[in-house]
Amino acid sequence: MSAAGSAASGVPHLDVDPFDMKFFADPYPTHQLLREAGPVVYLDKWKVYGVARYAEVHAVLNDPATFCSSRGVGLSDFKKETPWRPPSLILEADPPAHTRTRAVLSKVLSPTVMKQVRDRFAAAAEERVDALIDKRSFDAITDLAEAYPLSIFPDALGLKAEGREHLIPYASVVFNAFGPPNQLRQEAIERSMPHQAYVAEQCQRENLAPGGFGACIHAQADEGAITATEAPLLVRSLLSAGLDTTVNGIGAAVYCLARFPDQWQRLRGDLSLARGAFEEAVRFESPVQTFFRTTTREVELSGARIGEGEKVLMFLAAANRDPRRWDQPDSYDITRRTSGHVGFGSGIHMCVGQLVARLEGEVMLTALARRIAKIEITGEPKRRFNNTLRGLDSLPVTITPA
Amino acid sequence: MPAITFIHSDGKSDRIETSGGESAMQAATRHGLDGILAECGGNAMCATCHVYVDEIWLARLPAVTDDEDALLDGTAAERLPNSRLSCQIQITPELDGLVLRLPERQV
Ligand code: HEM
Ligand code: FES
Repeated sequence: MSAAGSAASGVPHLDVDPFDMKFFADPYPTHQLLREAGPVVYLDKWKVYGVARYAEVHAVLNDPATFCSSRGVGLSDFKKETPWRPPSLILEADPPAHTRTRAVLSKVLSPTVMKQVRDRFAAAAEERVDALIDKRSFDAITDLAEAYPLSIFPDALGLKAEGREHLIPYASVVFNAFGPPNQLRQEAIERSMPHQAYVAEQCQRENLAPGGFGACIHAQADEGAITATEAPLLVRSLLSAGLDTTVNGIGAAVYCLARFPDQWQRLRGDLSLARGAFEEAVRFESPVQTFFRTTTREVELSGARIGEGEKVLMFLAAANRDPRRWDQPDSYDITRRTSGHVGFGSGIHMCVGQLVARLEGEVMLTALARRIAKIEITGEPKRRFNNTLRGLDSLPVTITPA
Repeated sequence: MPAITFIHSDGKSDRIETSGGESAMQAATRHGLDGILAECGGNAMCATCHVYVDEIWLARLPAVTDDEDALLDGTAAERLPNSRLSCQIQITPELDGLVLRLPERQV
């Protein structure tokens, strides 16, 4: 990579490591530094360009011909390094290949399908609240943010009961692997064999229950939309991106509502705000913090000249709090017009599972707000460290039933 | 650049200048127009960019695809014969003056 070339273009060089434990503990001052340094910055530590303002993050996301995904959406450039696992057929693909696989997953996770699973997801959310009300004091991460998606998503996919304990560890490897070769990534990959073996096995047609998302993907192979060898890899995308993301999304929403009791009371007063409360939590906490792109040609971005084959790191979380785009970006406001936030990305790769995520978030927050008067944080929240995902490891709370 | 008019459910209207190659939804959200939510950012997944196309313009729009048709069945406000998803309406010079009515709700 051409550090020299970048210096010539007048892009500010910064000596920050956005994959360092100290950064993860409190990323906000660094996000501000990145935004204020310039529209495009260069991070010497990992020899990558970075964009942290909303306008540039949005521009990069919406120009996939110049900022491609097929060379990997992590730091590793698939043109120069062998990927740690076979690349994703959707996330790590460009049009026209991406267009075809994207259409398949859009169909499998469509609004019509959401209508079919909605009652089931809502009933499971009510059952979860029953259990929490019995407990009164619990860990809002393990007993709520994890327990709820685990109670519905693997079933919706059609997974067998055995081996599900591999799901969250597998996702954690996937999201750590987008990062640089730091300790988090190296250790995650070293320990990943058993999780990879489990996931590869579950993606096979015979292991997926009829009617589930997984079986629907395989059925698309019968229709000729994808080949029989592509189907398991597309199932893998749901196993990678469909669970841990919503754990962190729901965790973020509960953490926000527990920290900002006025917003909790507003939600209790009008349950139709549940969807907005979840969406705003995705903006505010940005469970998926970053993704990379690779330039396919020399390009000028907001005055910065970037050569071909350069990695560009998009700070989704920083864009979601860019004061150039958002009023009072650091306040959690469940009535905010959140349209345009990049917590789910933007453009052709914008989260294909967004309807699943929103459905889970909406029904869970509705069930909580209907039955619980107060959520109090009763112990020090503990952070979980991952190169891409932001969320907590534990959040001790006590609730008061309504 | 072509301009389009959005008429809100309360009768107020907003005239918006579009920029090249964008959809009616993109023009609306770029201007922060109330009444278009566009949760999925134009990926034809959410149906929260629903509009009613003024009758005289209807025939001048490209036909509804199967995907759009399926999504229109799931709009929050009633689907009418002139219902469209604004993210699927690319604004071309011929659509200068297009009039789109906004439904009462998008979710
Ligand atoms: C709150 C929860 C979630 C968040 C914050 C989130 C975030 C994201 C983001 C930022 C992207 C864009 C990636 C890029 O531009 O390179 C993405 C893509 C994707 N997400 Fe999600 N996601 C969530 C839930 C889900 C769920 C529930 C599923 C599956 C059921 C899922 C499956 C995917 C897939 C397959 C892609 C790749 C789409 C493509 O490349 O076209 N996600 N997600
Ligand atoms: S913006 Fe989602 S369908 Fe048009």
